[in-house]
Amino acid sequence: MIRIPCPFCGMRDHSEFTYGGDGSIEYPPLDASKEEWHDAVFLRDNICGVQFETWQHTHGCRMWLVVERDTMTHEILSVRPAHPGLASALANEQEADQ
Amino acid sequence: MTARRLDKGGRIDRSTPVNFTWDGKALTGYAGDTLASALLANGERVLGRSFKYHRPRGIMSAGVEESGAIVTVGEGARREPNVKATMQELYDGLSAEGQNAWPNVRFDLGAVNGLFGRFFAAGFYYKTFMGLPPFEWGHGTRLWMLYEKLIRKAAGMGTASREPDPDCYDHAHAFCDVLVVGSGPAGLSAALTAAEAGRDVILVEQDFELGGDLLTDPAAEQQRLDLVRAVEAAGARIMTRTTAFGLYDNGAAGLLERVTDHIASPDEGIPRQRFWTVRAGATVLASGALERPVTFENNDRPGVMTAEAARVYLNRFGVLPGQRIAIATNNDGAYGIAGELASAGAEVLLADMRNGDVPETPSGVTQKSGVAPLRAIGRSGVEGVEFASRSGDSWKPAGKEPCDLLLVSGGWSPVVNLSSHRGAKPFWNESLACFLPGETSEPIFHAGSAAGVWRREDCLASGAAAARKAMGEEVEEVAPGGWKNAIQPVYEVRLPDSHAKAFVDYQHDVTGDDVRLAHQEGFVSVEHLKRYTTLGMATDQGKMGNVIGLALMADALGKDIPDVGTTRFRPPYTPVAIGALAGRSVAGHFKALRRTPLHDWNLRHGATMTDAGVWHRPWYYAREGEGIEEAYIREAATVRKTVGICDVSSLGKIAVQGPDASEFLNRVYTNAFAKLPVGKARYGIMLRDDGIVMDDGTTWRLGEEDYLTTTTTAHAGKVMVWFEELLQSRWPDLKVHVTSVSDHWAGVSIAGPKAREVIAACLAADEDISNDVLPFMGVARITLKNGIEGLIARISFSGELAYELYVPAGQADAMMNLLWPAAEAVDGCLYGLEALGTLRIEKGHVTGAELDGRVTIDDVGLGKMASAKKSFVGSALRQRSELLRENRPQLVGIFPVDRSQRFKGGSLLCDPDAVTGFGEGWITAVTHSPALGHWIGIGYISGGAAAWKDKTAVAADPVRSGNVDVEIVSPHMFDPEGVRMHG
Repeated sequence: MIRIPCPFCGMRDHSEFTYGGDGSIEYPPLDASKEEWHDAVFLRDNICGVQFETWQHTHGCRMWLVVERDTMTHEILSVRPAHPGLASALANEQEADQ
Repeated sequence: MTARRLDKGGRIDRSTPVNFTWDGKALTGYAGDTLASALLANGERVLGRSFKYHRPRGIMSAGVEESGAIVTVGEGARREPNVKATMQELYDGLSAEGQNAWPNVRFDLGAVNGLFGRFFAAGFYYKTFMGLPPFEWGHGTRLWMLYEKLIRKAAGMGTASREPDPDCYDHAHAFCDVLVVGSGPAGLSAALTAAEAGRDVILVEQDFELGGDLLTDPAAEQQRLDLVRAVEAAGARIMTRTTAFGLYDNGAAGLLERVTDHIASPDEGIPRQRFWTVRAGATVLASGALERPVTFENNDRPGVMTAEAARVYLNRFGVLPGQRIAIATNNDGAYGIAGELASAGAEVLLADMRNGDVPETPSGVTQKSGVAPLRAIGRSGVEGVEFASRSGDSWKPAGKEPCDLLLVSGGWSPVVNLSSHRGAKPFWNESLACFLPGETSEPIFHAGSAAGVWRREDCLASGAAAARKAMGEEVEEVAPGGWKNAIQPVYEVRLPDSHAKAFVDYQHDVTGDDVRLAHQEGFVSVEHLKRYTTLGMATDQGKMGNVIGLALMADALGKDIPDVGTTRFRPPYTPVAIGALAGRSVAGHFKALRRTPLHDWNLRHGATMTDAGVWHRPWYYAREGEGIEEAYIREAATVRKTVGICDVSSLGKIAVQGPDASEFLNRVYTNAFAKLPVGKARYGIMLRDDGIVMDDGTTWRLGEEDYLTTTTTAHAGKVMVWFEELLQSRWPDLKVHVTSVSDHWAGVSIAGPKAREVIAACLAADEDISNDVLPFMGVARITLKNGIEGLIARISFSGELAYELYVPAGQADAMMNLLWPAAEAVDGCLYGLEALGTLRIEKGHVTGAELDGRVTIDDVGLGKMASAKKSFVGSALRQRSELLRENRPQLVGIFPVDRSQRFKGGSLLCDPDAVTGFGEGWITAVTHSPALGHWIGIGYISGGAAAWKDKTAVAADPVRSGNVDVEIVSPHMFDPEGVRMHG
């Protein structure tokens, strides 16, 4: 019953979205060692509290989002596009609006 | 119990009789009755049999907490078990029957269980039958499985219809500022306050009439009407026959609206029930309180009910439930009903369990103080009560009194279930002897008796205050309580050494002794107590028994109730039919269905369809006299001999476009894509991050910055999501745009030695697809004879000379109307999925059955496609030692040693000396090969074909066809050099 404020589409029911995974992972370059890749792919914290996670608005704009969510309360603290260029463009626009 | 309908009084309509049947007997009630009130008025006493001991049970309450009158309503496909008679509205023609009894609830042979009651204590079945010797694992289990069947037959509740549900159910959504649950004085007051302040209010009531407690007070009728009219006038949306069964995140509530359950023959277009998801800004819970019984010997006899139930039957339904009535109470609440019953003509004895101050005795009532019920006398119904008085910490007998109805009030439990769903932990209030709703940071507010506020005027104020809080105002709380004299908690009355049947949870036959046994055996946590005794796990979810169970556990532990704690309530508050949860997502709407643009054309040309994931695809095109086997074998043979056409529109198609498209594909695929020339296609494999194969397909370079990537049908969605994730999250610097064009193109594969000839006959005059112009893996834009423009690629899944031809989806039929006559002219055929499977198995080409998320690129024998010169997704982790192990299962072909034998997909491949366990591999797909003339298969086996060169394996299929000796061969079973497709 979570609702996610999509930066492009507005407040939407979670059933429109697909959960991705841990949004804090920095994937190493493709030519990095298998040890580095192992850590990025397999090691995860099991956070009770606020975490960053990725969701895709599959049944909407299809954008990948980084959602800051409290795993205890399901409270959503922030949402931004996963694409850094889009995220900063959107932030600039919001700043200009204010 | 000599219950009878009174000549006047109540809210029933005596001018509208309603006919119904009970256990086949024709009875009559009135409009406004529930099934329970009508049965009571007809003098029916035994309405059910208990879960375990088959004890006779009658009406115990007048609401959702009912644990006795649980019946089966309806017939045939509409037969619904475990209906609480107290919640079922009477309608003309209603048919109900008793359950869990044979031959009937009044004379039930299963009651013999009661004689062996001491053997049926908590955990009895598990301890006895699972521990039967021999004790080795497996043997005991087998015996248990045998006994379980018999036990299940003897125990349990009603039986559901085995027929498909003929009714339909709807899902609906609503939004509001304030959701008010319950329409008693507090709920009406809350709804009125919020609606008058301009808020959008939804008021839900599980009953069919608004008013809650006001419905049982004839003197308050005008007040009720005024309140209801005011709420309506203020614009609140009112939903009756609707239960708020659960609260969820972000202010969401689940409601179940019973739309036609009270209608004799509802319009077929109307759903039976509606499942609502309501999003509320704030929620006011005015869900009331439920009266508790007390545990004493035979406290489950028909004729023992709550005092509140008698009030409802008398004042709302005009039924005097007994003539000689004993009331046992430990609080002030029962004094009102005592007087009302006396005024209605009953002989009333009011036994107050308290010593000390009690309210004034109502006129016409005999009152006793300091005595509690010790035992109900009578077998199939109450004939009297034996009292007890306090003797130190315990009780001693204190005389018997005859009675035909024994009313009990052991205190009141606020309905805190809904906020408990949100994790608000109820806390124990010592002076009121009940749990009050816990704190929550969410905008959920309690009002009225749900907050432990007992008096009506206080409930009205409490409702208004809760509404103000819901609107964000600061207001003073209305303090809980309201009785003049304090309640004196009594949970169980028994003599010190007594082990008579005294029930805590009626529905699951959990007794006071069961709770003590659980404690004695070390189950000290309340959660363990629940699971060991099943206390609170029946259809009422402990509405009557939970608090008593906790109190007895606390007593056994020598602790106070707050130190024992309580279990968390979980949705649903009352049972919800699976049909309502499913809504319209049943039968053909159970999952999405996708049809190719050629669907109708395929059907017109004799296709038998099959489900392939969400797709409906042609399976085979049977000719006169053919079954599936004859058809697919003919189709596969025809492709190898002349030509066949297959609908491949369901393949995933992604347009990959932009200046960095080449770089993107080069990173995604294991093989090199950077130098793929325009006008060429390449087969590629992509891996997941962890080095396992994700998908395969061909990618066509249509222009410098323009590619068309095809995926398998099954993984089309997954690959698209993956591309989007890579471009948006990982490689945002790449200038690439991906678009799903799967639905834009209709595609067919034309395969066979005459494929070129057939296509050439359909092309515009200046088109040329000769080997020089369109060689193997060549791609071109092409125009058909009728002017349709499309794409053609010379790629082969069947191993034949083959082409894939794509045209815009809307022109699919027009394309086929050209191609098919041309194919027919050379004795070609249409072929479906089954023949497609045959052709690809003969060639050892992989599909989803082989790319099952566990295999590496080396396992499928395509390791040479993994470039050593570049990095790609998965290139690091495919180097993990386990994935490089030499003897991993590898893709192989499989022949039966005796070529006349067949084997099945899913068989395990074993060493003949060790046909056991997981074996050495498995078979993913089998077919009869017309090209080879016998059954063949593909699968995986340790070490691959090389390791099994001179060794026979066994295809083991122990539960179906048995074992077959097989030969392990290269997966390229037909034309391994590929001469045919290059031709």
